[in-house]
Amino acid sequence: MSKDGFILQAEGLYKSYRMGEAKVSVLKGVDLAVRKSEFVAIVGASGSGKSTLLHILGALDRPEKGIVSFEGRDLSRMGERELNKFRNKMVGFVFQFYHLLDELSVLENVFLPAMASKSVFGWLGSRRWARDRARALLSELGLSERANHKPYQLSGGERQRVAIGRALMNEPRILLADEPTGNLDSATGNDILKVFERLNKAGQTIVMVTHDERIAQKAGRIVTLADGKIKREGAEA
Amino acid sequence: MYKIILSFRYLFKRRVSYLALLAVALCVFIVVVVMTVMTGLVRNFKDNNHKWAGDCVVGTESLVGFPYYEDFIKRIDGTDFVEGVSALVKSYALVKNRNLDWSSSAEIMGIDPVKHSKVTDFDETLHYRKNDAAKAFEPAYAPNLTGCVVGVDKWLMRDEDGKYSYEDSPYEVALLVSCFPLTSKGALAKAGTDLVNTKTFYYSDTSRSGLAGVDSSFIYLPLEDAQLLCGMAGPVKRISAIHIKFKPNVKLADGCEKVAALWKKFVEEKKGAEQAGLLDTVKVQSWKDYRREFIAAMEKEQTMLMIMFALVGVTTVFIIFVVFYMIVSHKSKDVGILKSIGVSKADVIELFLCFAFLMGLLGSAAGVFGGWLFLLKINRIEGFLFEHFGFQLWDRTMYAIGDIPNAIDLKVLAVIIASAIGACLAGAFLPSRRAAKLEVVETLQVSQL
Repeated sequence: MSKDGFILQAEGLYKSYRMGEAKVSVLKGVDLAVRKSEFVAIVGASGSGKSTLLHILGALDRPEKGIVSFEGRDLSRMGERELNKFRNKMVGFVFQFYHLLDELSVLENVFLPAMASKSVFGWLGSRRWARDRARALLSELGLSERANHKPYQLSGGERQRVAIGRALMNEPRILLADEPTGNLDSATGNDILKVFERLNKAGQTIVMVTHDERIAQKAGRIVTLADGKIKREGAEA
Repeated sequence: MYKIILSFRYLFKRRVSYLALLAVALCVFIVVVVMTVMTGLVRNFKDNNHKWAGDCVVGTESLVGFPYYEDFIKRIDGTDFVEGVSALVKSYALVKNRNLDWSSSAEIMGIDPVKHSKVTDFDETLHYRKNDAAKAFEPAYAPNLTGCVVGVDKWLMRDEDGKYSYEDSPYEVALLVSCFPLTSKGALAKAGTDLVNTKTFYYSDTSRSGLAGVDSSFIYLPLEDAQLLCGMAGPVKRISAIHIKFKPNVKLADGCEKVAALWKKFVEEKKGAEQAGLLDTVKVQSWKDYRREFIAAMEKEQTMLMIMFALVGVTTVFIIFVVFYMIVSHKSKDVGILKSIGVSKADVIELFLCFAFLMGLLGSAAGVFGGWLFLLKINRIEGFLFEHFGFQLWDRTMYAIGDIPNAIDLKVLAVIIASAIGACLAGAFLPSRRAAKLEVVETLQVSQL
């Protein structure tokens, strides 16, 4: 945790993409700070750079300029190994399109992050714990019966809940969700948001990207991204 | 652990993986079968050559031969590294059946059958006098007559199954063997119309060495008779070669070195003797060098085959490369997912290499099993093809082959399996590295603005 009580801080982030000959600036000096146990929603029009910002915050992408620090540590100063560890232990990602591995069962998908951080022998030692935790998460998410199914046998909402389970497997400090309801009908989307609210009440820090202001209202704080900058910070919901 | 699990799942849940597995299995199958047969043929050929000659040969190519051999034999026969010694005469002759209008050129080899059988496997090559070398030159129908042993392919025809039509006992045939006798200076020993020495020998047995070149051209005669025919039985007797067998614990190179040293010393001592000049034409060789020109041809064939199969190997690598490129392209999303949960580049490479290793291992196992099964039945299959379609891999009327060799050499097998796995790893490496370098945001296609 930083001195100011922020778990995640971004200062002066710049990012641009090449589109043919043209260079499109997406982020033009974004500043953002997230406190522990906060539920922040980043909203903005399509193409405003919200997903790019989320990926930079989760170390899936690098900014051209600016600093992202997690619990006071500058991500740009971390080596490849540390960044991998950061993605594995500190952050949990939930994507719009779920991104589950079809070759693995639901249960295996959930405990995959735990398995990925262990050697074969390390895994043999912690296998029982990981399975139990994965089952407990599936139970919390209402998917106990689906543990041995394959992702393609599930509905969209169920898949997203599996993705949430996977993101929570290693008890991350922060959950980053990129349009988690974007691919779901409103009823299923509401179910997912209820899961997020429940998690946040239990102390989970969440940063969620959405283009839907109505969904963003569920968050504790709304940040609006426009023209590559934070336009305004909304009040607590 | 996830690498092993995912490798297995990728292998068994993708049709393209099965195709790659089949490609590996087929390549391994072909290489196992051809290498086993070819290695078996070369090994048999080498063994037969070794069984036909001593471990070491002290001999000359000259038809004049070389003298003082008895002195040298006495000298080496008592040494601690020599088990047996056999002197022999080799020359060319015209052979004529006395009762039929049949004649043929032949290579004659004069030997003491008992001594020669101690040095070579001559007694085992006989048909009627098998393992009874003392009676090799005794025709069963007239033991008092001088017999001769004829190379089996010179005497009998082989049927399409490669079998010879032996009689129950040798039938009486008188063969007139004629040679040009030479003096120690290499000139014809006789003049005028009586240029050749001729002697009648009676067919006593056949010899089957398994070497087509030998069995189709050689006739074995008693040593003294051969010396008489070739003009080598003068006051100073001559021979063509001494074949030496070493004791079992003696290494071939060491034994040959010792014989060469003794021969060198012997030649020094004989300097100034009447026919000492002939000793300079003598070479000391191991059996491998002595039969080099025959073995080398076979080894060259094997080398060419290995080069061809190296090309097969390159093709396999390319197939694996293409298959992996396709798989990795299809699996780029998985790479993105894995990297998003903290899997490193090295781990991604390991995952796909683990997949390639499994493919190589299982493909090899399938190929080896198929190859083993095929080799087990290869002679039966060839028999079936011959019986129904008239196809024979090696025409038994021409090649001195019994069954097609089908004993798998475990060392060769280990090399083939290791090569197949290596080929899979090599083919998978570049696509794996490409996969590892993929950016998460690109692979998950989430780079929308």
